[in-house]
Amino acid sequence: MERPGARDAGRGAGRERSRLSGFLAALRKDLLLQWRTRAQFVAVFVFGATALLLFSFAIGPDAAALRQHSAGFLWLGLLLSSTLALADSFESEVQHRALEGLLLLPADPRALYYGKALANVLQLTVLGVGLVPVIVVLYDAFTARIPALLAIIVLGAAGLSAPGTLYSAMTAQMRARNTLLPLLLFPLVVPALLAAVKSTSLLILGDPMGQLTSWVALLVAFDAVYWSLCGLVFERVVED
Amino acid sequence: MATLAVETRGLSRRYGRRWALADVSLEVPAGSVTMLAGRNGSGKSTLLRVLATALRADHGEALVLGHDVRRERDAVRLKVALLAHQSFLYEALTARENLQVAASFLGRDAEGALLERVGLGTRADDPVASFSAGMRKRLSLARVLLQQAELVLLDEPYGELDPPGFALLDGVIGELRQRGATVVMATHLVDRGRLLCDRALLLEEGRLAWSGPAREMPAEAPGGSAHA
Repeated sequence: MERPGARDAGRGAGRERSRLSGFLAALRKDLLLQWRTRAQFVAVFVFGATALLLFSFAIGPDAAALRQHSAGFLWLGLLLSSTLALADSFESEVQHRALEGLLLLPADPRALYYGKALANVLQLTVLGVGLVPVIVVLYDAFTARIPALLAIIVLGAAGLSAPGTLYSAMTAQMRARNTLLPLLLFPLVVPALLAAVKSTSLLILGDPMGQLTSWVALLVAFDAVYWSLCGLVFERVVED
Repeated sequence: MATLAVETRGLSRRYGRRWALADVSLEVPAGSVTMLAGRNGSGKSTLLRVLATALRADHGEALVLGHDVRRERDAVRLKVALLAHQSFLYEALTARENLQVAASFLGRDAEGALLERVGLGTRADDPVASFSAGMRKRLSLARVLLQQAELVLLDEPYGELDPPGFALLDGVIGELRQRGATVVMATHLVDRGRLLCDRALLLEEGRLAWSGPAREMPAEAPGGSAHA
């Protein structure tokens, strides 16, 4: 069989284009999609705030207990909301096989993954920051260390987003995706969630033993593992 | 001997227990416009998707512009554009934004002229969600043209288009031919295909049943329409 261009062909020929420009293109695309579907984001936020309200009902009018558990409730609210936001993030990709269209251009699957995962981090961070005033009002949970709290929310959102983006891609075309996504995601993010809860709790309740740095370091370590592994696996998920 | 744009040997693909493509061996000369005919379910879309690397073949091999679709996927994708049944569009984005997204991955500027070319100039800033099926097809066609591919695979390109859309597509195919691109078009509009295409391939139940000059394609070819 004649193969006129075989010699200069390469497996990575399509990836010679800058991976960075592909990543930026993917990030721009996902941020634009999030902006255009912001009404859904408002619904997700309301869901999270409602969950926090229900948690406060479960504890009852015990102000100390509410404050004690506020960090856990904040992250549970964010975790539950994140499953809705993450599932939405892939709906537009599979609706008219838009993601397949990008892969055929060809777009680098890793660039597509990291672009979407980072856009999801930004969305979950905004969601988390939006839920903080809710826990201040409902649980009297306040910290003056705002930059530290913001950093923990960003790191925790990254811990949810990396595997969440991967699993939402895996489940996007399944009929039971709304059930499957949390079933797959929740066990995997337990370590990151635990580290985020402990770090936030230490900020709100005080850190007499100086444990905050250790928990944040643990959160960073889990993020690093999630972001590197999920990026590697994503191509297999969307191409096979 | 003419250079081949597409060459397959024993290409097979199955869905579950049903073979959508069974041992298909064919050749498409570079620079030609080839009609792919056959009844619904005869394997036309599957063949185009395998050639575009959207699907993997289970057996056999296919060379597209000299590249193996299995081993040199990205090299194939750089040279091939597919107009599929699915539009590959984002509903929440406007027509212009959809082209800009594709252009940003291609490292090109999205040409506003493309939207004018496909008759969507006045609707460029409307969301795709508000588009009819025919308008989506036109936008998908603009996306295909943006790719400036050497091999253009058109899957039922006339579907959903109105008569001016038919004329637009005829013109686009003519332009592609002029610039030396190879076109493979799956269609049921056999009479139109005979006029537009150099060659024809006929699939029946996943097998290549006939190939030759489009003008000589059997008049009773299954899956064809005498209209349009």
